[in-house]
Amino acid sequence: MYRDFGTILIAALLGIVMVGVPLLIQKLIAPSKKSFEKFDTYECGEEAEGNAWLQFNIRFYVIALIFLIFDVEVVFLFPWAVVFKELGLLAFVEMGIFLVILIVGLAYVWVKTDLDWVKLKVPYGSGRYRKIKLEEKA
Amino acid sequence: MSVDLLYDWLNESIPFLSGNSLLLLLAIVIPAILLFLVIAVNAIVLVYAERKVSAFMQDRVGPMGQGVGLHAGKWGMLQTVADALKLISKEDIIPRLADRKLFIMAPFVIFVGAFIAVIALPFGETLIVADMNIGIFYILAVSSFGVIGLILAGWSSNNKWSLYGGMRSAAQIISYEIPAGLSLVTVIMLTGTLSMQGIIQYQSGGLFDWIVFSSPFSFIAFIIYFIAAIAETNRTPFDIPEAESELVGGFHTEYSGMRWSFFFLSEYANMLVVNGVAVAAFLGGWQSPIPGYLNSPGWGVFWFISKILVLVFVMMWVRWTFPRLRVDQLMDICWKYLLPIALFNIFGVGIWTLIFG
Repeated sequence: MYRDFGTILIAALLGIVMVGVPLLIQKLIAPSKKSFEKFDTYECGEEAEGNAWLQFNIRFYVIALIFLIFDVEVVFLFPWAVVFKELGLLAFVEMGIFLVILIVGLAYVWVKTDLDWVKLKVPYGSGRYRKIKLEEKA
Repeated sequence: MSVDLLYDWLNESIPFLSGNSLLLLLAIVIPAILLFLVIAVNAIVLVYAERKVSAFMQDRVGPMGQGVGLHAGKWGMLQTVADALKLISKEDIIPRLADRKLFIMAPFVIFVGAFIAVIALPFGETLIVADMNIGIFYILAVSSFGVIGLILAGWSSNNKWSLYGGMRSAAQIISYEIPAGLSLVTVIMLTGTLSMQGIIQYQSGGLFDWIVFSSPFSFIAFIIYFIAAIAETNRTPFDIPEAESELVGGFHTEYSGMRWSFFFLSEYANMLVVNGVAVAAFLGGWQSPIPGYLNSPGWGVFWFISKILVLVFVMMWVRWTFPRLRVDQLMDICWKYLLPIALFNIFGVGIWTLIFG
């Protein structure tokens, strides 16, 4: 057990060395002619417009949250799956209840259109968003 | 377990050091270096194969290696070796506006994530560096380690293409992890063990003892896993993170030379990992398809690698057959099709196992 994870630790350290050594070789043999333009941010040949550290789509957070819920679910499923054959029907029914609850959760997220990347309708829009007229999904 | 075997062998052959922990270190370092060579050769061969396969599918000849004054071997076989040499002799550029520390860190994180997943792959009955009792779970866990590297690369470059590419690939990889995990759960329900070797031993026998053919539900699980695997390795039709025509190079737009090549190396190492897991979990691992024949350890390595290469070929085939998906279609396929199917598939396998086995 300790030896297994010790192996992984040593392998991870070796992995760092394996990236580091070729980088070092490159540093030794590659040419280096520095110029100001060379270190510009690449934006298809145009001069870079502003900083790239800006706000991005909130959708990524929603996806990350849904992922978290279902990933935890998968983690719960693994130990259950190991003993499934020994426990038989009992384990099946118990995990069935657990899965049904999660499927209801998935259905909820689905109905609330949180699974759609592009939201064309806001069914639960409230406040000033209620008046926003969005086209229905074709 | 090859580390233990090698340790015993070293203990016997170097008597004056026997019992020393240095030997244990050596027993880990030697297979790790061999695996690094496997990863490097795998990348070189697969890049060449990819170019040739794509060329033949498009009625071209691909790299032939006959430039003026250059000759990259017959049929351009040394083309990728030449590419590797070119990459190592390129100037290393870190953009002025980039976050230097994170920019340098990203290839390390990605490569280490891929490398520590490869060490748990069973290449043969004894040829496995880290034979853990939770092998498949471990691989699933560390193969998502690379996502951190992708986000680091995308964010630290301070480039809009990189940021979009990094965010998209993170969203894609974490989303497709769930169908992949759920379809592997069905395998574990059948085998009752998380160890890679245990799963492969469960499938001993012939072609029809492989899990993929054991029930219709496992076949569906295999298809789901394979689709998710294509998505997790960011390959067409799921290559939105580095869609050349939209995002230039995605998260590695600003990378060049050796740093860039480590992204590529880990991408092909990840292909090895996801296909290795598919082979071990569904296609019998290093077992021969004909019961009792060609089952020696040497043939085991042959079967494992050739099964992986068949799956890699299917991936290339898919790549040059289907057009790229849009972001919303990509998310729809994961959350609205693969996830519900994978969830109900667990019920299917459960009922099938309760009735028939």
